[in-house]
Amino acid sequence: MDKKMIVSSSPHVRSIESVQSVMTDVLIALFPVALMAVLLFGYQALITMVISVVTAMLVEALWLRKKDIFNDGSAAVTGLLFAMVLPPSPPWWLVVVGAAASIIIGKQVFGGIGYNIFNPALVGRAIVLVSWGGYLAGNVWSPPQPFAFGADVSAVTGATALAGQGEALSYSLTQLFIGTVPGCLGETSALALLVGGAWLYYKGHIDWRIPLGYLGTVFVMGVIFGGGFYDNHLMTGLFHVLAGGVMLGALFMATDMVTTPVTPVGRLIFGIGCGLITMLIRIWGALPEGVTYAILLMNAVTPIIDNFTVPKQFGGVKKNA
Amino acid sequence: MGSTVFKGGIHPDYHKELTATMAVTAMKAPEKVVIPLQQHIGAPCEPLESIEVGTEVKIGQKIAQSSGFVSAPIHASVSGKITAIGPYNHPLGRPVEAITIESDGEEKWDDSIKPAGNPDNLTAEKIREIVREAGIVGLGGATFPAHVKLSPPPEKKIDIVVINGAECEPYLTADHRVMLENPEEIVFGLKMMIKALGAEKGVIGVEDNKPDALKVLEQEVAGEDNITVASLHTKYPQGAEKMLIQVTTGRIVPAGGLPLDVGVVNHNVGTAVAITNAVREGKPLVERVLTVTGSGINRPQNLMVRVGTLVSDVLEHCGGLKEETVKLIIGGPMMGLAQPSPDIPVIKGTSGILALTGEDVYLAESSPCIRCAKCVDHCPVQLLPTSIALASEHEMFKKAEKLHAMDCFECGCCAFVCPSKIPLVQWIRIAKAEIAKANKK
Ligand code: SF4
Ligand code: SF4
Repeated sequence: MDKKMIVSSSPHVRSIESVQSVMTDVLIALFPVALMAVLLFGYQALITMVISVVTAMLVEALWLRKKDIFNDGSAAVTGLLFAMVLPPSPPWWLVVVGAAASIIIGKQVFGGIGYNIFNPALVGRAIVLVSWGGYLAGNVWSPPQPFAFGADVSAVTGATALAGQGEALSYSLTQLFIGTVPGCLGETSALALLVGGAWLYYKGHIDWRIPLGYLGTVFVMGVIFGGGFYDNHLMTGLFHVLAGGVMLGALFMATDMVTTPVTPVGRLIFGIGCGLITMLIRIWGALPEGVTYAILLMNAVTPIIDNFTVPKQFGGVKKNA
Repeated sequence: MGSTVFKGGIHPDYHKELTATMAVTAMKAPEKVVIPLQQHIGAPCEPLESIEVGTEVKIGQKIAQSSGFVSAPIHASVSGKITAIGPYNHPLGRPVEAITIESDGEEKWDDSIKPAGNPDNLTAEKIREIVREAGIVGLGGATFPAHVKLSPPPEKKIDIVVINGAECEPYLTADHRVMLENPEEIVFGLKMMIKALGAEKGVIGVEDNKPDALKVLEQEVAGEDNITVASLHTKYPQGAEKMLIQVTTGRIVPAGGLPLDVGVVNHNVGTAVAITNAVREGKPLVERVLTVTGSGINRPQNLMVRVGTLVSDVLEHCGGLKEETVKLIIGGPMMGLAQPSPDIPVIKGTSGILALTGEDVYLAESSPCIRCAKCVDHCPVQLLPTSIALASEHEMFKKAEKLHAMDCFECGCCAFVCPSKIPLVQWIRIAKAEIAKANKK
């Protein structure tokens, strides 16, 4: 009984959740998306994902000089997310360079997990987009060979739905929902993304504000400004939600914990901001898609958003930031 | 009433099954008690002039008091001889002046202990005086002198008295047992409070994980037209003053304000029983019910213990600590205070003694904040714990103050949920201390 007891601050019990368990949950949430990618685009999608994840984990382990390459799991998440925003079968070196850039430039130069300002996977994508944009341009993306695992997808090319209004009309909303359209590896299947997003919501890792703020804004802007080229204006709004990277962005990129606001109101503003910028680029910009830049731009203003949206405390009257 | 749910909060593992079904037993008076002169929030007591080393005292005899209004007198909890007056270890950390009494084993009560007469004839003023003289403080752990809460400034009209039977802290079951075993005393105590305050009604709030207590209390209040029992959603910190008042009355205590600002006074169930004992029998607060529990305790149980009993004696009574015990806590696991050693006395506010072994204590190091906002979403006061902790870490205390650090009541929800295991409460406490220091200047 004379043994010294540990004296530390309350609370003395903690939840069993850890950074590693959270990251593992994100990986689980990405599983349906990855599975759908392989079903739609074949084995090359799998190879792309594996190269990306392994590169990201190795680069981080080397940088941190840690032996445990899974570590907290965040590098694996970044690697997988980076693969999700690549075409199904890009050159292997592009995957390696991009995944390494995601980890080093997107995360470690800022001081590692928790300190990065921008979404690492999107930083990686922006870098390869600027440097080797030709490989990512919409008109060389392979149309999927649904459920033909062995098909060589790079042999055939097709335009993504967002590459042009004409192309857009050649895909039905159902196709866009299931994902049997050309596009990035992880972005085409709204269905798989929703399943993954639902898991994250169930586990309490994302709340509704960012995804709904984002998707809602895209929908409303699509209805009002989309031009009604689908059956009607509402359908056009839905098209904008389902086509391109919005669904992936809203559920997995804009919900990245580190790079988005912590305040509830801030999260809503963040989601709406992402939606607005995405649609500005899509409708009036020079690029067909704007998800990457929209989220990166909103990442940049996240500290400001947090500063101006300090919630009113329980029983609080005055609002000061 | 009672329909609203407060925002935030958590659902920890409760572990109440260890002791919930065990009736309270009285621990035999120890051979020695050490009674600290500070057992309440407010001015510390001074020994009475007649009290010095060698003085013979009896149970219930007043031995120390303070002239300050926010204070509660202190009584001998055993009969015997005073053997020491001087600093002794205290659960709050720093040694505090204390009176040590060696028991003569005779268990004689002081002659002054007698009923004040028919309770029905007591005036509000008289009830307050009885409560004050009995040295009653908030037994839930807050230890605020009970009579002060029964004496609101005249401009504050109190209409509702809320009795806290939530017992939301994991592991603790003392209040639960009191509700099962002393429902009549709780309701009587509540009536005394209503009378002292000139209030209109009373509500007893109990978390719905204690259906048996709810049932017993509901039967008890069946004939009362101004007292109700509210079944509360089980969620920590349901028993926190502001949350409890919100869900039982629908009223929001303003930030930085007190319950009496919204016409409410709240007391713990144990306090209600203590008031009953004081009014009916003239008994001062010399003993209390507490839960001795946790994975490190050999024989967990609910005990009636004399104030001043050493925790080491209580532990021995419960079969001692297990070898693997790494943490000894006074209070519950969420807000209790970790103790370096059991050589401290049980005080009026000691609601539990908790011993935890390694597997129940999270010992991993913290890692950088991943800004997951879980701390934000679970804070019952809607603060930004991560931002306050960061400001505190960088000694930006002005910023911490702007982020409402002072509204944090240290419930621990934020640190509980944090996946990075950041000691958020510790950082916020540092900020609060610095802000208080700066504002005093
Ligand atoms: S819960 Fe922990 S990791 Fe998450 S935001 Fe709060 S402090 Fe950061
Ligand atoms: S900031 Fe304070 S009040 Fe909020 S959860 Fe943390 S300890 Fe509780």
